[in-house]
Amino acid sequence: MKHTALALAAAALAGSLHAAPVKIGFVTTLTTGAAVIGKDMENAVNLAMEHLGGKAGNTPLEVIFADDGFKPEVGKQATDRLVKQDKVDFVAGYIWSHILLASRKSALDNGVFLISSNAGPSQMAGSLCHPDFFSTSWQNDQTPMALGEVLNKKGVKSVYIMAPNYAAGKDMVAGVERSFKGKVLGKDLTKWGADAQLDFSAELAKARESGAEALFVFYPGAAAGAFSKQYHQAGLAKVLPLYSVFTIDGISLPKLQAANFEGVLGSRVTQSWDPTLDNAANKKFVTDFKAKFGTYPSFYAAQSYDSIMLIASAVKATGGNMADKAAIRKALKAANYESTRGKYTYGNNNIPIQNFYLREVVKDGQGNWTTKVVDTVYTNHQDPFASECPLK
Amino acid sequence: MQSHYPKLTLAVMVLLAIVPPALYLSGHTFYLDVATRLTILAIAAVSLNLILGYGGLVSFGHAAYVGLGAYAVGIPAYHALYGGLEGWGLASASGLLHFPLAIAVCALFALITGMVCLRTKGVYFIMITMAFAQMVYYAIVSIKTYGGDDGLTIDSRSEFPGISLDDPLQLFALCYGMLVLCMWLVRTIVHSRFGMVLQGAKGNNERLITMGYNTYRYQLIAYVISGAMAGLAGVLLGNFTTFISPEMMDWTRSGELMFMVILGGVATTVGPVLGAVAFLLIEEVLSTITVYWQLPFGILLMLVVIYSKGGLSQIVGQWSSKHSRSPKPTEGSNP
Amino acid sequence: MQILNGLQLGLLLFLVASGLTLVFGILDFVNLAHASLYMVGAMVCASLTLSLDNFLLAVLLSLPITAVVGWVVERVVARRLYGRDHLDQVLATFGLILVLTTGAHLIWGPQGIAVPLPQWLQGQVSLGETLVLPVYRLVIIATGLAAAGFLFWLVNYTRLGMLIRAGASNRQMVSALGINIELLFSVVFALGAVLAGLAGMLIAPITEASLGMGNNIIITAFVVIIVGGIGSMKGAFIAAMLIGLIDTLGRAYLDGAFKLFMTSEAAENSAPALSAMLIYIIMALVLAFKPKGLFPPKVR
Repeated sequence: MKHTALALAAAALAGSLHAAPVKIGFVTTLTTGAAVIGKDMENAVNLAMEHLGGKAGNTPLEVIFADDGFKPEVGKQATDRLVKQDKVDFVAGYIWSHILLASRKSALDNGVFLISSNAGPSQMAGSLCHPDFFSTSWQNDQTPMALGEVLNKKGVKSVYIMAPNYAAGKDMVAGVERSFKGKVLGKDLTKWGADAQLDFSAELAKARESGAEALFVFYPGAAAGAFSKQYHQAGLAKVLPLYSVFTIDGISLPKLQAANFEGVLGSRVTQSWDPTLDNAANKKFVTDFKAKFGTYPSFYAAQSYDSIMLIASAVKATGGNMADKAAIRKALKAANYESTRGKYTYGNNNIPIQNFYLREVVKDGQGNWTTKVVDTVYTNHQDPFASECPLK
Repeated sequence: MQSHYPKLTLAVMVLLAIVPPALYLSGHTFYLDVATRLTILAIAAVSLNLILGYGGLVSFGHAAYVGLGAYAVGIPAYHALYGGLEGWGLASASGLLHFPLAIAVCALFALITGMVCLRTKGVYFIMITMAFAQMVYYAIVSIKTYGGDDGLTIDSRSEFPGISLDDPLQLFALCYGMLVLCMWLVRTIVHSRFGMVLQGAKGNNERLITMGYNTYRYQLIAYVISGAMAGLAGVLLGNFTTFISPEMMDWTRSGELMFMVILGGVATTVGPVLGAVAFLLIEEVLSTITVYWQLPFGILLMLVVIYSKGGLSQIVGQWSSKHSRSPKPTEGSNP
Repeated sequence: MQILNGLQLGLLLFLVASGLTLVFGILDFVNLAHASLYMVGAMVCASLTLSLDNFLLAVLLSLPITAVVGWVVERVVARRLYGRDHLDQVLATFGLILVLTTGAHLIWGPQGIAVPLPQWLQGQVSLGETLVLPVYRLVIIATGLAAAGFLFWLVNYTRLGMLIRAGASNRQMVSALGINIELLFSVVFALGAVLAGLAGMLIAPITEASLGMGNNIIITAFVVIIVGGIGSMKGAFIAAMLIGLIDTLGRAYLDGAFKLFMTSEAAENSAPALSAMLIYIIMALVLAFKPKGLFPPKVR
């Protein structure tokens, strides 16, 4: 233990003298079907580094990517390696709540800052909150809460719920149940992970039989395409309107468009970010991303871009002095950077307090499928677990 | 029938005892982690080798025992921290509870499933052991209290009077000691009359039965011992990673354990250890080079199976005995 | 409705399992990578569908392509493992899975491919008031039944089938009769690949063609052939139907059944797990009483 501390102190000292790079580990899914999300995030991170010129102030930044293989255990090992072998100063990334939960101690117990670019498990916003953990996304419950609010406004009386059976899936279900005032007529939690269930015929048949007025789902990544297709093939569009979160997004839309599933046009989702949000940082990000990679960025990309920008702002504010943890913590907490979602602040649990929008799937000028903002559901919304977090 | 390479065994074990702590003390803390993982996987591989190598019983569900062992740390530790189950005496952070509990649970599970599995032969045996492992997998997934699919973070490692497993060096020493103990135990078993019958049943079961041996009973006992030993590996793994999930029991994990035993050389003392070393090195090295590391790994796996029969221990063992014994190549080429 | 869903799953399982049981029964070869051919079939078909804009044509083209892939796998890998320990075969084909999956990742990228259906396959048929079935599901069921019928005809009434049956019971005899046994083996292997590939193509428009799809089904397919009795086509068919139905019905009705005698929260938690475990429990039960499956092949 002593040796580690000495080595860290020495590294920090060397850092301030020779402007050694500040290292950022970025853990995401680069293999399995979910790698399509990971790739989008990787692209966004590289774009952020390009915009920064590889530097925060005078301190060079270095990003090391690591694959979590869509498995909590592998994600934790990857984090261990980044922390202990590559000796990174920040670990960012993490698409999946269960992987973030598994990796949490590996970073935080070793005094490394942990930035979530997507996952927002309720535990880490509440009882497991930590002064060195920050999010550039949201807490899982918030987006479905916004959707529940949309349902209330529309006067929907009953829903059927489907979600994958893992940490975020359960949070999503809890979130919509928290704000939705009507009745939940049934719910299915389906198998998730590397061998996730992708044939939903049995569940969809149950949903139809339940007689609910609407269907709420959460199927991120590869499952999104499969789900939206079967939903339309089952002919449910007229009897059981679909309301989803994190299902129809920048990741699944190009694929749905390639297969020409026009049924998703016009469907509505909630989110804290959208490519049409009107601010300078977002315009630059979306334009350059499209120019460089040929597709619209997804919200995963936007949040990953934000993660790097947030870290860069803190490194710049402290002059690259990684030894002064308290100063970096304070700089991170200030969120003093140009976020793609516009200005936001951090709550006591270091989760953004931000707006949530209702978005609609539309065709853009060139005929590409994307989303646009149609309404603001919540303004400066704080997650419901902040009160359980002992931090001030 | 079986081969032992005493010099090789000694060399491997001495290296394993010296190099990782030395690296750790010189500041390369990550490599001690790799070595600890290695010794733990080696224990699981040694336990599998007892039934697979010596007994000819190809268990494709061995990862389930490792997982069960890990949950035998996680569940009591969870209740020690968050309450519940006090009445059962299971809410405890003490290693003096965790270790016997893991071994007992795994032995019991091996006894029950073994009674069914051993009625079948060949591929049926491979598949039914896997089926039981899958059942455990889904059972754990369904228990939401312990995290289900998401796994469970172990907030405190097993507590022992006098030693602290939070110190990586002491944890490594414990794992290493357990590995040596298990290797010694398997060796002793194999050389006993019991071990002879077990190996005989692999070659010609009918003959032994006509000789009056109840081979079913011998195989069952070996199966139970092997399961208990894998449980021990699980306790250590839980303490090492401080995070456990049903993923540890996935059938692909069982496949990896089999790979270690085959790669290292079945029915040898040192084979499983060599196999674990090779497996981890391949994984660590290849995965840092490319995220597509599974491609070369898969090719390697096929090549090893197709072209090497005795595994690494034979290759290295023969090579070293050649070089140590014979100044004249003509003599030594046929040991 | 749920019964038809179960039937559909059962038929897809049969397509995968029949190839597996053929290869196992005749070649005495355990092929864990069999389902990777299912994935390859789906991926090839999916990319062809997008480039040709015609699903049917893509399926027709993909079948021979899958056969060729199967043929190559047999020549390059499987052939060297005949007569070896089952353990060696399990491990080598485990390696093959990794190679094929990562290879597909490199070729097609990580994202799955959504497969569009022609208009006439997209509709629904209404049978009575509440029963609405997607046409395509019926197509799958029909295709699956047709393929099963073809297979029975092939095995029982053709010269090739005769050789296959003869090869399964006595390999030396067949080669002594001057039959090119190597060729026969290659044909059988390719046939198995085509069947698995066809299953992959059929399911692709429902889920989508993706990298991990093979790993989902291989274990279930093994359960099927073990329960049915290795090498038995009839056993594979009956077991596939049984498992397809049990799996679907379990997922659909188990939590409702559980709610009768436990709290709804407990039911929601335990039902998915138990329905996932069901097929393994069945397999363990079958093997406990019939250690060689329901329909053990007579000669060996």
